[in-house]
Amino acid sequence: MEVKINNIRKEFDRFAALNDVSLNIASGELIALLGPSGSGKTTLLRLIAGLDFPTAGQIFFGEEDASRHSVQERNVGFVFQHYALFRHMTVAQNIGFGLKVRPSASRPPKSEIKKRVSDLLDMVQLSGLENRYPNQLSGGQRQRVALARAMAIEPRILLLDEPFGALDAKVRKELRRWLREFHDRTGHTTVFVTHDQEEALELADRVVVMSQGKIEQVGSADDVYDRPQSPFVFSFIGESSHLPVEVKNGTVLFQGEPIGISEKTDAAGDLFFRPEDVVLTDEKDALFGKVTACRRLAGTRIAEIDIANNGHDPFHVEVEVPLHAPVELGSEARFRPTRWKIFNK
Amino acid sequence: MTASATASTAGWRLKQPSIIPGFGLTLGFSLAYLSLIILIPIAGLLWRTAELGWSGFFAILSDERTIRALYVSFGTAFIAAVINVVFGTLLAWVLTRYRFPGRRLIDAMVDLPFALPTAVAGIAFASLYAPNGWIGSLFMPFRIAFTPIGIVIALIFIGLPFVVRTVQPIMEEIDKEVEEAAATLGANRFQTIFNVLLPGLTPALLTGFALAFARGVGEYGSVIFIAGNIPYVSEIAPLLIVIRLEEFNYAGATAIATIMLLISFAMLLVINLIQAWSRRRYGNV
Repeated sequence: MEVKINNIRKEFDRFAALNDVSLNIASGELIALLGPSGSGKTTLLRLIAGLDFPTAGQIFFGEEDASRHSVQERNVGFVFQHYALFRHMTVAQNIGFGLKVRPSASRPPKSEIKKRVSDLLDMVQLSGLENRYPNQLSGGQRQRVALARAMAIEPRILLLDEPFGALDAKVRKELRRWLREFHDRTGHTTVFVTHDQEEALELADRVVVMSQGKIEQVGSADDVYDRPQSPFVFSFIGESSHLPVEVKNGTVLFQGEPIGISEKTDAAGDLFFRPEDVVLTDEKDALFGKVTACRRLAGTRIAEIDIANNGHDPFHVEVEVPLHAPVELGSEARFRPTRWKIFNK
Repeated sequence: MTASATASTAGWRLKQPSIIPGFGLTLGFSLAYLSLIILIPIAGLLWRTAELGWSGFFAILSDERTIRALYVSFGTAFIAAVINVVFGTLLAWVLTRYRFPGRRLIDAMVDLPFALPTAVAGIAFASLYAPNGWIGSLFMPFRIAFTPIGIVIALIFIGLPFVVRTVQPIMEEIDKEVEEAAATLGANRFQTIFNVLLPGLTPALLTGFALAFARGVGEYGSVIFIAGNIPYVSEIAPLLIVIRLEEFNYAGATAIATIMLLISFAMLLVINLIQAWSRRRYGNV
């Protein structure tokens, strides 16, 4: 099911949680809403589900305007961060709930519900646990029951709110891979909310980066990591450092001095670069500063460098250095970015 | 000291090593306290009853007036507790779910039956529901006061806070997400309340019911004013006990008391078993 979000605005007590947000989701896509807390990502998910209603704007499911339909009429599968399983029902009763509460005209017969529940249990690999109660399951198992319960109603779209947020790191990784496979098999249009960029980049077809009630960028993992379109995306996704620079006659100047890189158009703004997009150099035109720390990070080595700032607090940047040739603490390091982006002030 | 020393040789220890001190002291105090307040008086009760012997005991038990009084006491307490569970839950729902002016006032009023002398409540009810009272006159010729219905009304008043105060905290803990989950699965409000919310409240409802019921069975002060106290019709068992006492028939009084004790104990036991069963199933909440 294709979902179109047109100019959505949502206010809570005159505070705009979402401000003029538009987004098109293709049928069968796996989309991540990524952002820090308070960026409006969960609000957007709840608006799609119909758990909240927009102050302005519309949401289309296919050609149908869903924004004034109640949550019951929208037929979406929603998986909550803390699972929200029904404690007094067994796993099988939880999963079958959505079918059992249908009006008698569209309710499948009991035997059909039973079969559907056992198929879903197979699908989430929990066969044999149908008579357990939620408090007898582990966190990962509960999450999968919640997913099976949401899938039982044959939802038009599947929405997941921080689906792995409450799980420990190992289970989280397993379930992440499992969810990707699950999505590829079932082909449901899926939207999930996360504040974990690794999760978003690894799992999603497209990532929607949000900040302060607005969409900053929509794109594939490569797009948002390699071609960030705003200072926020550059600093939020992955590691980065930034310095104030000017561009004059095509040369990039830092504190009035050339640093050995050039840019087509003149500007004044912030130079952003990633630690791995840097080369150490001996040449005169370069950035330089004092090495204050050098730490090993899995397969790389990162040097922290303080660049003097005319008596003010120094600029702090992080630079990747060769593993076999660590820089000395307190020494002066000279380097140039090899890939960068300047965002105008 | 000796207890732990002897117990350790038996491979079982009453006292586990613990970081929380004072187990012996607090348990000892609790036992002494319970003995003084509950166990010794009950033992005295049974002792006095035993003076009658089995035949005397059964004679009182099978006396028509005793049976009718017990029937009135337990019957009215049961009906009042059921009514309290229904409307007390509704009241707790209003107090936890909605914010409205006067909410705190209503919340405070719920505790009034705890504080008000029960005789005052009984007199107020009797004058309101009497055939010539404000409310009672509206129902004439149907009589409310001086019938078992009047007793039920007094017991509803007495038992209300027990239900509200046991259900309220559990209701406040209900996760909003659970209701939202039910809604996304297509359940309407009615289905959400009856299939999702109320089953989760069952243990608290049972506790509230048990407390209101137990309180109702033993209630004396408010009931005697509104009941009319007609033997075989609206005479409650506690009143019959007082009557026997006034006749200096102490054994007769304690016999009725013992029967009440046994019935109450059996009913509370059943309720506790149901609760233990539901706790085992749904987890300890």
